[in-house]
Amino acid sequence: MTKQVEQLEQVVIRFAGDSGDGMQLTGDRFTQETASFGNDLSTLPNFPAEIRAPAGTLVGVSSFQLHFADHDILTPGDTPNVLVAMNPAALRANISDLKPGATVIVDTHDFTDRNLKRAGYADNPLEDGSLDTFRLHAVNLTSLTVESVKAFGLSRKDAARAKNMFALGLLSWLYGRPVKSTEEFLTRRFATNPAVRDANLAAFHAGWYFGETTEGFAVSYQINPAPMKAGTYRNVSGNLALSYGLVAAGVRSGLPVFLGAYPITPASDILHELSKHKRFGVTTFQAEDEIAGIGAALGAAYGGSIGVTTTSGPGIALKSETIGLAVSLELPLVIIDVQRGGPSTGLPTKTEQSDLLQAMFGRNGEAPVPIVAPQSPTDCFDAALEAVRIAVAYRTPVMLLSDGYLANGSEPWHLPDIETLPLIDPGFATAPNHETESGDRAFWPYQREPQTLARPWAIPGTAGLEHRIGGLEKADGHGNISYEPANHDLMVRTRQAKVDRVADTIPPVEVDDPSGHAELLVLGWGSTYGPIGAACRRVRQLGLSIAQAHVRHLNPFPRDLGDVLRRYDKVILPEMNLGQLALLLRARYLVDVVGYNQVRGLPFTASELEEVLTTTLKEMSS
Amino acid sequence: MTTDLTPSGLRDVPVSDVQSSRKDFTSDQEVRWCPGCGDYIVLAAVQSFLPSLGLKRENIVFVSGIGCSSRFPYYLDTFGLHSIHGRAPAIATGLATSRADLNVWVVTGDGDALSIGGNHLIHAMRRNVNITILLFNNRIYGLTKGQYSPTSEPGKITKSTPAGSVDFPFNPVSLALGAEATFVARTVDSDRAHLTEVLTAAASHRGTALVEIYQNCPIFNDGAFDVLKDKDEAAARLVRLQHGEVVRIGDREWVHDAHAPNPSQAFEISRLDDGTMAQVPIGIFRQVSRPTYDDQVREQVHLAKSREGEGDLAALLAGRDHWTVAE
Ligand code: SF4
Repeated sequence: MTKQVEQLEQVVIRFAGDSGDGMQLTGDRFTQETASFGNDLSTLPNFPAEIRAPAGTLVGVSSFQLHFADHDILTPGDTPNVLVAMNPAALRANISDLKPGATVIVDTHDFTDRNLKRAGYADNPLEDGSLDTFRLHAVNLTSLTVESVKAFGLSRKDAARAKNMFALGLLSWLYGRPVKSTEEFLTRRFATNPAVRDANLAAFHAGWYFGETTEGFAVSYQINPAPMKAGTYRNVSGNLALSYGLVAAGVRSGLPVFLGAYPITPASDILHELSKHKRFGVTTFQAEDEIAGIGAALGAAYGGSIGVTTTSGPGIALKSETIGLAVSLELPLVIIDVQRGGPSTGLPTKTEQSDLLQAMFGRNGEAPVPIVAPQSPTDCFDAALEAVRIAVAYRTPVMLLSDGYLANGSEPWHLPDIETLPLIDPGFATAPNHETESGDRAFWPYQREPQTLARPWAIPGTAGLEHRIGGLEKADGHGNISYEPANHDLMVRTRQAKVDRVADTIPPVEVDDPSGHAELLVLGWGSTYGPIGAACRRVRQLGLSIAQAHVRHLNPFPRDLGDVLRRYDKVILPEMNLGQLALLLRARYLVDVVGYNQVRGLPFTASELEEVLTTTLKEMSS
Repeated sequence: MTTDLTPSGLRDVPVSDVQSSRKDFTSDQEVRWCPGCGDYIVLAAVQSFLPSLGLKRENIVFVSGIGCSSRFPYYLDTFGLHSIHGRAPAIATGLATSRADLNVWVVTGDGDALSIGGNHLIHAMRRNVNITILLFNNRIYGLTKGQYSPTSEPGKITKSTPAGSVDFPFNPVSLALGAEATFVARTVDSDRAHLTEVLTAAASHRGTALVEIYQNCPIFNDGAFDVLKDKDEAAARLVRLQHGEVVRIGDREWVHDAHAPNPSQAFEISRLDDGTMAQVPIGIFRQVSRPTYDDQVREQVHLAKSREGEGDLAALLAGRDHWTVAE
């Protein structure tokens, strides 16, 4: 049977099932196949905080959304074109996100009275006509899977577990994905358990053949590779890219990297990843708590390592006192906050941008800290290097604000040429830097470099540099304890001035205004870059002018940011918080920045921002 | 009876080729403790004893928390880090793990180590990080002007407990043994010879050494340990522990085995003091050899490098699943 092949420009697929159904893995594999095929892509995993929430319930549904296209894309997509639902709860939790005409592939196996009831269905949606507006494929994927792996002698339960691979095989056929990487992956992953390995491979192939031979699937689709800059690519999540950025910072500085961390969602993957890279001289320390994590990192930084600590919002609250100490000690330290919904424990697996003010002000005293925020999963690599660069050059703790969306989302990464990555010079102090009145050479730990105001990084083991520092106020220069009023005023202002001077080394704001005469500027920071960019493209396709700028350095701001803001009639700022950057900008530049704010634990969609921007433009022109 | 307790805690610390003296270890800072404070005696003992280690001065680091005793690092001409309340063991863990060539000391007090920093203290001891912790126990909060501490006796009347404290105190030695610290000792500020002897053993111990030092605070808890300092009283009350020597209390006697792998006997000895100080054991309760956290961490890094070779960044970034887009 030859089947029709239809050409598409882009598709959004969402895999949904119980948290134990392996939907994240299925999504990851489909992503990998899609990446190696050469489409541009963007992904959005969405899972509950519970590891195995009660089976078959709405709260236990885990999903993975993937947007792929034959052109450059910026977001994981607003509404899925295809939903794969492995049980009634997965169907019910996701169906309202679909538009009429979307394809729905359902595993019918669990559509029993009991499971329907557990998902909150009074009637079976597969039979009551409620799905009539969709292209429904109701298939007993579980039974087909069990049938296809019969030969391997697994229990029924174990056999049924391969159903996600059957679904993956079916979708892989439907969209003409290359299967080699998944075959290799399964072979590797289950190398020690041949029966399970063979069953998963068989289920994967059976899914593919099922699509190819069954009449139910009359059409398959082709999405051509996207034109991309020449080079080598791979797909990375934000957490992975961030981890690699830290390893790269170690290589480019010649310093060992020391991570002190306490497990916390969604940052733990950075700890897991870095623990694999000991051969790069990376040490990971799983501490007894968040405080010890940063304490050990600071201790290592004092000894000449790149000290790093990773956490999420609640962990930052615990680390605040040590960040303050690092401000006072003026030692390099990188603090990574993968933001999640708050306050308190909040929404551990969901995204938010609500730690900006905590990063900015969450310490006692005047304790300024530079802040860097990556704008996409791949940008996490560069942001990590940038955070280390600032920390080392200015001898200061630096905050890196990622978020749950960047951490777990993924996209293709054009691999950098190692030689082009910035070199980071630790510039350790090696000799006394001061002449005393009696003509002796002495070491003054708070004698500053005039341009950056950075103090010397004098690590133990360097003869002649023995000195004592601490969290008590120090006298300018020699660094002994000082409670002098004028000295304290000077030190407070100097620490602030030092952080302000970071702006000398950060690039001006890049404004994207293709028409050159936009009156509305949409500003963003962090992970909103994708949806804002996608919305701007749509607005421009409507023939309207709009300018977009994204702030990567949140403290200090780029020197020209105020001028940029003042150049436009109106500035709109979407944030996944109640207006934190807007507050800072209004205070700093006296510009009437207008916020657009959502805190639903989910990223903005391009269509809602398109709506906001077109409405604003309409209001401005009337 | 001897057990091989090598390698020494100082194994990887460079040795100085010049003879140093107490003066070399004295910083130019004016000491700011109250007159008569026990801290002076300990400082003098440490300054005099450090030269005997023969180490390069620049490779010695003192890390402290907050409290009277935590000012200690300022007065020693070594590297010193006066940190924040309770966190010194955590900071020292990062430093000692990342730098095998340093001799790392933690100076702390009963409030700093046992109250606000209790968590870090027990975890440092169970991990057995190669650091030496001097716990100055004056059984009171000095720097905040006289509140009861986690080692104050029940019923203690202080500024914050006018009706008497109802807190039950820690016995720091019992606590350390419970956390299975590999070196646990107690000494008294006034006994310079004993103090020095214990410090010497602690410094060369590989792993976490916890030394409780009974320290008098003449301002807020004067005379807390007087019964142990009076010559006649001391003879009756102090139980001096020496590994391999007979300990006699009343009609009981046994040979003290500080090297016993099981800490139970040491724990039992630590319970001799029921809080009344009728019987107070001092000396080394426990001194056993167990792989240290920092040695093992460094060994893993070393092994990874020797097995897989130094990391190749380009290969790491490219990973397994990459693809190439041609011009
Ligand atoms: S308050 Fe007590 S412990 Fe503190 S310095 Fe004075 S005497 Fe010493």
